[in-house]
Amino acid sequence: MASKPRTLYEKIWDDHVVETRDDGTSLIYIDRHLVHEVTSPQAFDALRLAGRPVRRPELTLAVPDHNLPTTARRDASGGKIPIADPQSAAQLAALEKNAPEFGIRYIGDADAEQGIVHVVGPEQGFSLPGTTIVCGDSHTASHGGLGALAFGIGTSEVEHVLATQTLLLQKSKSMEIKVEGQLGPGVTAKDLILHIIGVIGAAGGTGYVIEYRGPVFEQMSVEQRLTVCNMSIEAGARAGLIAPDDVVFNYLKGRPMAPQGADWDEALAYWRTLHSDPGAEFDKSVVIAAGDVEPTVTWGTSPEDVVAIGGAVPSPDSFADESKRVAAQKSLDYMGLAAGTPMTQVPIENVFIGSCTNSRIEDLRSAAEVLKGRKKASNVRWAIVVPGSGLVKMQAEEEGLDRIFTDAGFEWREPGCSACLGMNPDKVPAGERCASTSNRNFVGRQGPGARTHLLSPAMAAAAAVKGHLADVRELT
Amino acid sequence: MDPVARVAGRAIPFGAKNVDTDIIIPAKWLKTISREGLGEGAFETIRAQEGNVFDDPAYAGAPILIAGDNFGCGSSREHAAWAILDLGIRAVIAPSYSDIFSGNAVKNGILPIVLPQEAIDRLMEVAQQGEQIDVDLETQSVTTPFQDRFTFDIDPFRKHCLLNGLDEVALTLARQTEIQAYESQRAKTRGWLTPKTGNITETHA
Repeated sequence: MASKPRTLYEKIWDDHVVETRDDGTSLIYIDRHLVHEVTSPQAFDALRLAGRPVRRPELTLAVPDHNLPTTARRDASGGKIPIADPQSAAQLAALEKNAPEFGIRYIGDADAEQGIVHVVGPEQGFSLPGTTIVCGDSHTASHGGLGALAFGIGTSEVEHVLATQTLLLQKSKSMEIKVEGQLGPGVTAKDLILHIIGVIGAAGGTGYVIEYRGPVFEQMSVEQRLTVCNMSIEAGARAGLIAPDDVVFNYLKGRPMAPQGADWDEALAYWRTLHSDPGAEFDKSVVIAAGDVEPTVTWGTSPEDVVAIGGAVPSPDSFADESKRVAAQKSLDYMGLAAGTPMTQVPIENVFIGSCTNSRIEDLRSAAEVLKGRKKASNVRWAIVVPGSGLVKMQAEEEGLDRIFTDAGFEWREPGCSACLGMNPDKVPAGERCASTSNRNFVGRQGPGARTHLLSPAMAAAAAVKGHLADVRELT
Repeated sequence: MDPVARVAGRAIPFGAKNVDTDIIIPAKWLKTISREGLGEGAFETIRAQEGNVFDDPAYAGAPILIAGDNFGCGSSREHAAWAILDLGIRAVIAPSYSDIFSGNAVKNGILPIVLPQEAIDRLMEVAQQGEQIDVDLETQSVTTPFQDRFTFDIDPFRKHCLLNGLDEVALTLARQTEIQAYESQRAKTRGWLTPKTGNITETHA
């Protein structure tokens, strides 16, 4: 009997079922677990309290990222520079202590490999196609760009995975987002995912795992795919993934924690089976025309509040739904924007290039290309580049990108999450705007009262040069 | 967690849609290494506004929160559930939740009740009148003193855990045999999944 065609999600799910219970929940095995300092201390404490060990410490990797300052971490003689905020320091110290205590590999704050967990995982070859990957962080969805089933979990689940290497899950529904045609010049993976979130809405993916399909994704680099999958959670989806192919395999080959030798060959044979079968059924299908996607920015306080750069701030009256009208008005009040204002007339005082969405080498190259030989506008008070990892930083320095940024008036920082959520000292002041390559424009996300406009690295660079939101296609 | 079968009392008529976990508990409160005391930071930006429902004495100590669509979206921070619990809230009623938040809520003994928007609208009125709302997990129903009765669906395993205050980790640890069987099979068919040697440099100063 021929087996029923399966989606990529179903294949990965099926290969990780330890058991399925009568009530429909399944115990799912977790292949890779990333741990950072913010969502893990309570989980380690609970293990200690119950006297429980970590079941498979070699499947877990701990990296601090959220609280770390992006200024120098070592003095001239190599000594640790103390962290000013005692709470941040305590949280970082807890991870540094917990990881070795439980036998977990720890990448330290001054190691070249340190960075944002979602940049480090793929970079080290820790994250692999066809694996289940979790982390106490909603942007774990990123790793779906490698063809992994990757999703964020809460701290109780972090504890559960540490103790049992499994999670009790209900299978999600499946959604196919099919992008037809080609992206226009100057339109990036970030513009595409912002556009998609605008189409399906911030809750459009709730209860679903999304598979992104179509030639656009096949032509994307791994880093671009990571950007797309990263923001799946901004559409409410449990996870987002893209079928792995040679682009992914070539990216992973030779990475420090990727399989080697005979293991590599075995893995590769398995990875080649990871795609949705012809005729596989999705619970929902959405078709997007790539040609409709323009360089895109956000105007409001939800990632679904998107508009093409050539557009204007929408009027709350333009929404059919009463609750959406109310929400839009609230957003405009918070953002200090008037309906009808062309987006290119929105002035910018801060620029942030970084975050797990857009801090990899290709992101930095793309911003540097726009900034080369140019300077930030005088009204741009603060502009920083925060590479996703120490290795990204080194690579960028080798290519001279750091000089392009500093010559343009940007600050060149140490790796971490930084101003994406401002748990470290990098914050946007109240009432000021930030052109940000991060993933959330929520109220207060980049600092109390801060006003965030999400966009691509190239568009962030264009905004820095112009001093207002701008169409990068007019600069290149 | 503590078992929870019934939550009855006044409800906070919040009603907002797309409330993200940054709103429920801003990032600066995430620096704690404990689960306790987060109520102080709960809904901080909203509570900075005069006349907000959270500081209205009419709803002081209310154990139920009524919210709009997509409650708890965004960040996976379980601190959002801990903060709500610390406010004394044991049930949230909304048309939908983010997947991660509803999971976090259940693991902390908070009922994430799903009801359609019409029911939410009605319960908002009842809450605004300061009347009691009764959430019964056993019968899966929400009732008011005005004879309103709304029934809700809940995943049977979640219901079982909530009613009995079960520790999920202990439940799963009891499945050792099954996990070990899976692991030996996995080692045979996909041995490459086990990282071999630590090649990354470890230079902890």
